[in-house]
Amino acid sequence: MIEIRIHGRGGQGAVTSAELVAIAAIDDGKYAQAFPSFGPERRGAPVAAFIRVSDKPIRTREKVYGPNVVMVLDPSILKIVNVAAGLKDGGTVIINTSKTPEEMARLLNVKAKIATVDATKIAMESMGVPITNTTMLGALLKSTGIVSNDALGKAIDKRFGRIAEKNKTAFNRAMTETIVREA
Amino acid sequence: MAKRIGMEVSIAASEAVKLADVDLIAAYPITPQTHIVEHLAEVVADGELDAAFVPVESEHSAMSCCIGSSAAGARTFTASSSQGLALMHEMLFIAPAMRLPIVMVVANRALSGPISIWNDHSDIMAEQDIAWIQTFAENGQEVFDLVLHAFRVAEDSKVLLPMIVNMDGFTLSHVIEPIEILDKAEVDKYLPPYKPKVRLDPRKPVSMGLVGVPEIYTEAKKATNEALINSKKVVVKAWKEFGDLFGRYYNPVESYKTEGAEVILITMGSISETAMTAIDKMREKGLPVGLVRFRLWKPFPATEFKKAIAGAQTLAVVDRALSPGGACGPVAEEIKAALYAERGRPKVFNFIAGLGGRDVTVENFEEIVSRAFTYAKKRPKQLYEMIGVREI
Amino acid sequence: MAKIDAIMGWKELDLGCVIRQPGSSRAFKTGDWRSQRPVVDRDKCIKCGLCWVYCPDLSMVPAEEGYYKVNLDYCKGCGICAKECPKDAITMVLEED
Repeated sequence: MIEIRIHGRGGQGAVTSAELVAIAAIDDGKYAQAFPSFGPERRGAPVAAFIRVSDKPIRTREKVYGPNVVMVLDPSILKIVNVAAGLKDGGTVIINTSKTPEEMARLLNVKAKIATVDATKIAMESMGVPITNTTMLGALLKSTGIVSNDALGKAIDKRFGRIAEKNKTAFNRAMTETIVREA
Repeated sequence: MAKRIGMEVSIAASEAVKLADVDLIAAYPITPQTHIVEHLAEVVADGELDAAFVPVESEHSAMSCCIGSSAAGARTFTASSSQGLALMHEMLFIAPAMRLPIVMVVANRALSGPISIWNDHSDIMAEQDIAWIQTFAENGQEVFDLVLHAFRVAEDSKVLLPMIVNMDGFTLSHVIEPIEILDKAEVDKYLPPYKPKVRLDPRKPVSMGLVGVPEIYTEAKKATNEALINSKKVVVKAWKEFGDLFGRYYNPVESYKTEGAEVILITMGSISETAMTAIDKMREKGLPVGLVRFRLWKPFPATEFKKAIAGAQTLAVVDRALSPGGACGPVAEEIKAALYAERGRPKVFNFIAGLGGRDVTVENFEEIVSRAFTYAKKRPKQLYEMIGVREI
Repeated sequence: MAKIDAIMGWKELDLGCVIRQPGSSRAFKTGDWRSQRPVVDRDKCIKCGLCWVYCPDLSMVPAEEGYYKVNLDYCKGCGICAKECPKDAITMVLEED
């Protein structure tokens, strides 16, 4: 079972991206769970969302305390939340930043596979808004391959309708521009 | 053909209601039930469901409207949570007394105060005596299945009682997971149209909801209670038929790895899945533990429960609500009452966990079981204890 | 100062969970929610105070010589001040890592 924790801010689409991954994984024939950090929704406040993906039925409903993968939608979160908390050995951290994986490895002081992408820039250029969730899904897919490209594409189409294409442009750019550094 | 898709459990609940082809939905939105009624309002507005959606001004009105609708012979649905359910309180007793098969999903949430929007069972446990049939779901698939089952049972001519499907707020209602959605033809095979025995009809006038003078009130209560007790047969039969049709079988009480178990954990609702993971872990270490879960809560399935725990020396009952000033939590209370007359009954220890959205973890269950083993040797002073409470 | 994080034991809670200290919400710094911050260009500012009027969080505060400055402890970065400023003297800049 792979457990993912997504950090973002209310309004940036952390919950939506968790949902899309789960829907795609289920479409791939796997078992999956996606859920938000439950509570009142406050735009801008730090939020987390969780994903579990497994080949077997998932029988736990506790929060994700020891993620295999952590994804950070907003670089400014790094100052206020310990995003690497509980990260499993051999885990992966995916960050929206203009910095390199090497710089991030030093900054976070973790032994992990690190992937970075300037998702804010890509999102602004592809969609004209700094909403980085679908862009970051490109980085997630490139660094983990957790779901099939096809299933995720379908989930994005269904969720975003007429603005799906722009989201997929951003997603595809992230697939090529994400830099991955092994631990 | 049924489709397996990833969807939010709340949406799965409303899809079941849509497939049941209800005639009227009267509801007031409240967290964490909101997504259910939002989705239903949408499918009615989009013409996917030919039903009246009544956006009432309160939950008290929602239940009043449902009572009127069901009395007129319409298939009727509502959903609520916490303070909303509490605001329905006085109307809740009237539906079973009038023998109206309304179906309600309760997205369980703590009652204020302090104000809490998070999950526990205190809302529904405050409604223990309303005489509705009640089931508890463990996962999204069960929510979908239990909603269809509820219409089937409630409207059965031998039952004709309202029914609640409980699903944990947030930990179920807001989770995306795989759900197998049946198609309309499949649902139609299982759920026939509602044929009321008696209804409000100007061509054949009747009076309903009349005063029960002291000469008749006791008998009226007895009649409703007997109907509730006897509904269990239909509950079980309707689950059997559901299983035969769709391959998913349900029972009033479910057992997991209870063979040879000295300590049996007792749970209800979505924590049961986490409890299973904990049982797997403890069994691997060689601990003789098992799990028994209630799927049917009211009428209380005492016979099935006694059978499920037979042979165990110790029960560790987990309650998701307090019964303030009382002997123990509401689930433990029913269990103790059911076992009192039994010879060689097991020791029952009660743990209150997961109040107001506090996460209930695998570790918590390990702790609970470990305490139960200790208490089995040396009786504790307290009647029950609260897990994770800070004793400062 | 009462503890505001969820670390109190049940015996420590005040009667009925009362908070006796008025204005204790000041201890809850909502500046954490911000991903952009307003920057005021005093060369363009005409001291009209519209930013102070419109700020929904009282985070535009009077400063020296009639200017206004941002209280970053509470500013959530909504950008209303920048939108309302008649002289475009306020720009929103990204809070970077």
